[in-house]
Amino acid sequence: MSDGVLVIGASAGGLSALESLLLELGSCFSYPVIITKHLASGDEEGLSKFLGKTSPLPVSIAYDKQKMVDNHVYLAPGGYHLQVEDRETLSLSIDAPVCHSRPSVDVLFQSAADVFGTQVVGVLLTGANKDGAEGVRAVKQAGGLTIVQNPETAEVPTMPKSAIATGCVDHVLDLSDMAVCLKSKNFKPET
Amino acid sequence: MTEPGDSYQDFELKLLLSAVQEKYGYQFGSYARASLIRRVKRHMKMSGVQHISDLIPLFLHDESAFAVFVKDMSVVVTEMFRNPDFFKSLRENIVPILKTYPFIKIWHAGCASGQEAYSMAILLDEEGLLDRCQIYATDFNDQALRHAKSGIYPEAEMALYEENYRKTGGKKELSDYFHRGYDSVKFNGRLADHITFANHNLVTDGVFGEMNLILCRNVLIYFNQELQDRVLQLLFDSLCSRGVLCVGKRENILFSSIGNQLEVTDRDQRIYRKGN
Repeated sequence: MSDGVLVIGASAGGLSALESLLLELGSCFSYPVIITKHLASGDEEGLSKFLGKTSPLPVSIAYDKQKMVDNHVYLAPGGYHLQVEDRETLSLSIDAPVCHSRPSVDVLFQSAADVFGTQVVGVLLTGANKDGAEGVRAVKQAGGLTIVQNPETAEVPTMPKSAIATGCVDHVLDLSDMAVCLKSKNFKPET
Repeated sequence: MTEPGDSYQDFELKLLLSAVQEKYGYQFGSYARASLIRRVKRHMKMSGVQHISDLIPLFLHDESAFAVFVKDMSVVVTEMFRNPDFFKSLRENIVPILKTYPFIKIWHAGCASGQEAYSMAILLDEEGLLDRCQIYATDFNDQALRHAKSGIYPEAEMALYEENYRKTGGKKELSDYFHRGYDSVKFNGRLADHITFANHNLVTDGVFGEMNLILCRNVLIYFNQELQDRVLQLLFDSLCSRGVLCVGKRENILFSSIGNQLEVTDRDQRIYRKGN
């Protein structure tokens, strides 16, 4: 059973952002890392291989009712929503797309907030739609920590901007500062 | 809306499900939690109530409000030839097995709005098997079954369906199988003639005939582990000797209670055969 989870959302431009974040995060992060990046059904194999090449943590595509382990990266498969089912388990659904997206970042973040409450760290990266904004709100309302990529330096600013507009973001950071912030494990939100 | 981490949430959910079971007989208690909570919360928003327990009097005293909820519980968004590689594998690896039978019985367990059953009928037609096939497509939701039976789908979805169909190794145009209406299409009655749509609840109903092929794709994801095991046993018991079982691409059943009684035909596409 994990003490908490790190959930990450990304869309357009997310490939290189995820690559560098995982690289800098290294292998000393003690939560399961769960990633929803918008992609088409079937494209998850390519994403998994791409990130697996450089990520210090092992990367795999999540399957339904998979048990989570710390220090492992789980990717949402295309055409499914990925959810945190309980403190040990991931689950999938084929419910309607949210913000035109399946997998949706909102669905992942809301389910993580529901299960882990204050022990969720939500990180939202570059992207071209507003998916993730409601997710960030849910994480914040549950007492978790929310970090959003600086829209000025994000490849596509819409997703970070929409999240910041909710007023539920603890830190707006450049990609290079995110890993430092996460590793400091100072997970108490500044309220 | 219930606040995330609300300490009464699980308690209220339990009360709601028990009230639903008492009054209507539906057993949602063993459904997977995350999807269930999501649907309940969506329903709370729709009904303009603040707490999960507020749904109890609503469902007890307003059957039409409950009917909307039941429909919502079974609504999934799928497509024809979802995961084309799966249908390609069916064509290449399973059709030759089916061809050895004089008569073929196929069951789509949890067919929702029926896209997969029509996809199967088309594939079998192209392989010259449709006339000796009986396809059963079941769901616990009558409204979904009515939609499935109609064979009517939005025209806007046809581009995706057509693309999927081509990737499966389809031999014609998908449009050869439907007629266009205003902004929807209706699949040929010849396909539906070989499909029996029937109400069957995987949670409460029993074994379903002796099937040569069972498809239960992306249905088990809505059940918790215990219910998954029970339903898998039911599916297993509904297979004829050496029958074929297919589940969703991201469902893992090899570690389930029936896992050691299955032979893997296509690991990636989750196609299995009942062992000897």
